[in-house]
Amino acid sequence: MSLLNYFKKTKPNTAKLAKERLQILVAHEKSVRNQPSYLPELQKELLAVIKKYVQVNQEDIAINYESDDDQETLELNIVLPDNT
Amino acid sequence: MARIIVVTSGKGGVGKTTTSAAIAMGLAKKGHKTAVIDFDVGLRNLDLILGCERRVVYDFVNVINEEATLNQALIKDKRCDKLFVLPASQTRDKDALTLEGVGKVLNELKKTFKYIVCDSPAGIERGAHLAMYFADDAFVVTNPEVSSVRDSDRMLGILASKSQRAEKAETPIKEYLLLTRYNPARVKLGEMLSVEDVQDILSLHLLGVIPESQAVLNASNSGTPVILDEQSDAGQAYSDIVDRYLGEDKPHRFIDEEKKGLFGRLFRS
Repeated sequence: MSLLNYFKKTKPNTAKLAKERLQILVAHEKSVRNQPSYLPELQKELLAVIKKYVQVNQEDIAINYESDDDQETLELNIVLPDNT
Repeated sequence: MARIIVVTSGKGGVGKTTTSAAIAMGLAKKGHKTAVIDFDVGLRNLDLILGCERRVVYDFVNVINEEATLNQALIKDKRCDKLFVLPASQTRDKDALTLEGVGKVLNELKKTFKYIVCDSPAGIERGAHLAMYFADDAFVVTNPEVSSVRDSDRMLGILASKSQRAEKAETPIKEYLLLTRYNPARVKLGEMLSVEDVQDILSLHLLGVIPESQAVLNASNSGTPVILDEQSDAGQAYSDIVDRYLGEDKPHRFIDEEKKGLFGRLFRS
């Protein structure tokens, strides 16, 4: 190691990185944990209904559940295929 | 009124058994009649850490199956007559523990013991579930390391939803954080999550920090709970934890790097 490298040596703060990664992960896992248990079933049934009318795949439907202090939001996003 | 404490973590190898042995001994030394139970069926180790492995005759599963009485299975510690150990069975049958059986044994213990410490196995399977199901307090043992913190968070979710207190909608289990294998020098260098970091993420009440310590391996080598090594940093950290749990107001130690004087620098590298 050259002398220059010795002075330049600034180690990355990996602890900070660990904290940021964990905060995102834990927040996500908490939100999943608090989701109502009927959510996967609801998604399946919705897909079945929609499929009766348009051809969509499982991954074209996104269900997002969020809860704040005073309100719960159920967000449903369906990507319809390009119609010819 | 007896209290049931579960020592849990999700992740393995973070110090659950070391902690169970230390706090059970600590509570007993304070004069409280304490039982410590190994829930790790098939991988019994608490007996080894407590140095009573050669005195095991009957185990937890024998008691549940009524092949032995509780008094026959409980091993009285040779150093402290207030401490009793209920070893796990070495059977390979994972279903040996039943909810009903565990409940019965705990209820029986509650009649004569002040504290019952349940040493949980790693994971979130049956043994871990049964260890925490009847608990009043949970000691969540965590290392300042990403996988351990994540698993602890997962365990908190399970404590909040799958315990008896949760199912009966009673006051929730009281959860405490025990941060083990802490290395203040590495925290200072930005190489390890700090106490504050872990508390921020888990939002738990900190019961104490146990520094990474050579005393722990020495203690397990000799089958002596590390809390009995009163000169050691880890031993003192566990003593503090017992005192805090019992309501004493003790300032936290071992969070900052020990300041070395000139002599320390010269002679201790």
